[in-house]
Amino acid sequence: MDVPGWRGHRAGQHMDIRLTAEDGYQAERSYSIASAPENDRVELVVERLDDGEVSPYLTDELRVGDGLELRGPVGGWFAWDAEEGGPLLLVAGGSGIAPLMAMVRHREAAGSDTPVRLLYSSRSYPEIIFRGELETLAAGDGTLEVVHTLTRSRPEGWSGYDRRIDAEMLREVAYQPEERPLAFVCGPTPLVETVATALVELGHDPARVKTERFGPTGG
Amino acid sequence: MGRGFISRGFRGRRREPEGTSERVPPGQYLVDGFPVLSAGPTPRTPLLEWSFTIEGEVDGPQTWSWDEFQALPSERLTRDIHCVTKWSKLDTTWEGVSVDTLLEGVETAAGYVLAYSDGGYTTNLPLEEVTGGKAWIAHTYEGEPLAPEHGGPARLLVPHLYFWKSAKWVRGLRLMNGDEPGFWESLGYHNFGDPWREQRYWGD
Repeated sequence: MDVPGWRGHRAGQHMDIRLTAEDGYQAERSYSIASAPENDRVELVVERLDDGEVSPYLTDELRVGDGLELRGPVGGWFAWDAEEGGPLLLVAGGSGIAPLMAMVRHREAAGSDTPVRLLYSSRSYPEIIFRGELETLAAGDGTLEVVHTLTRSRPEGWSGYDRRIDAEMLREVAYQPEERPLAFVCGPTPLVETVATALVELGHDPARVKTERFGPTGG
Repeated sequence: MGRGFISRGFRGRRREPEGTSERVPPGQYLVDGFPVLSAGPTPRTPLLEWSFTIEGEVDGPQTWSWDEFQALPSERLTRDIHCVTKWSKLDTTWEGVSVDTLLEGVETAAGYVLAYSDGGYTTNLPLEEVTGGKAWIAHTYEGEPLAPEHGGPARLLVPHLYFWKSAKWVRGLRLMNGDEPGFWESLGYHNFGDPWREQRYWGD
């Protein structure tokens, strides 16, 4: 989206979108920004929910050239600036990749060498959002590691994880607690609860585990 | 956001059921589930270590253990709740101890409270928004002990304000002469948070 007068955002923040019908009926929802603050245009990730109200409009009806009422950027907690350093532990489920992608892109655009590990859970290979871009970024950058897990179906020959994220997987992928990673966890509530609880049990400082929940009703 | 803007091709699907629209504040939509929102890991404090404290601008702080807190008179109430992330939920049923009960006999000139929680969360409110039958320390939701992800063992319940004011995992109220922004109030969210005036963010 082109947003005239856009004054930038912090990686991890979200936007509110408000739709207004001709009879004045309105619906508002929040969507995370996936673009880097350095980018001129603002990119949001919208997961289409069949019984949703705003997401089907944005994915099916909205055309290039249409206007949108936007508010934001919003949220100052689930956000990362390159100067804050890391290492960064990013854990995403499904469309929860959006704010974390903004961080990965911001880190790249800012020329930061903060080590990053992204653990990303998707249902299937085709449903991995930003797969190609993540591959390209990781291939050219020894300090960015991307680990996928596929929970429902795997392509033939898949050698990666094949289950929901659990404590064992985090033990293998996450940094050691002594490295004091800054963790951002975003996805559906069960994933966030599991990951945040497991990280604390593994010895990570709860104050360095930031969460954001995504879902049909969680905003 | 501007006035008079129409979203081309948008008709809206989720009209609220008959008789409920006047209960849904502007910009909100109804949900049946109970979404979970919080900024960090869910704290899990054993009940034996749990306590609730009234402190700050009072003659002496008062603290209740879990058993002492459970022995206080509890009220049952049914209220609509409204989250700043746009969902509202009607007719939620709670049991808890009225803040009026906890403040009985407390002499204070304070005008504000800061609720504080396990995990470091805080939220600020004018004292008059949590007294006079407006706020509870809730321990039961829909007849069951309040689940940890929803703020159990006990959360502040201030249903007339956006739900971030209803601090999960609450452990005490600090009475203060001056107002002091809490966690979300320091991070761009409105200081007061009235859903009917759509006070979501700074500047609303």
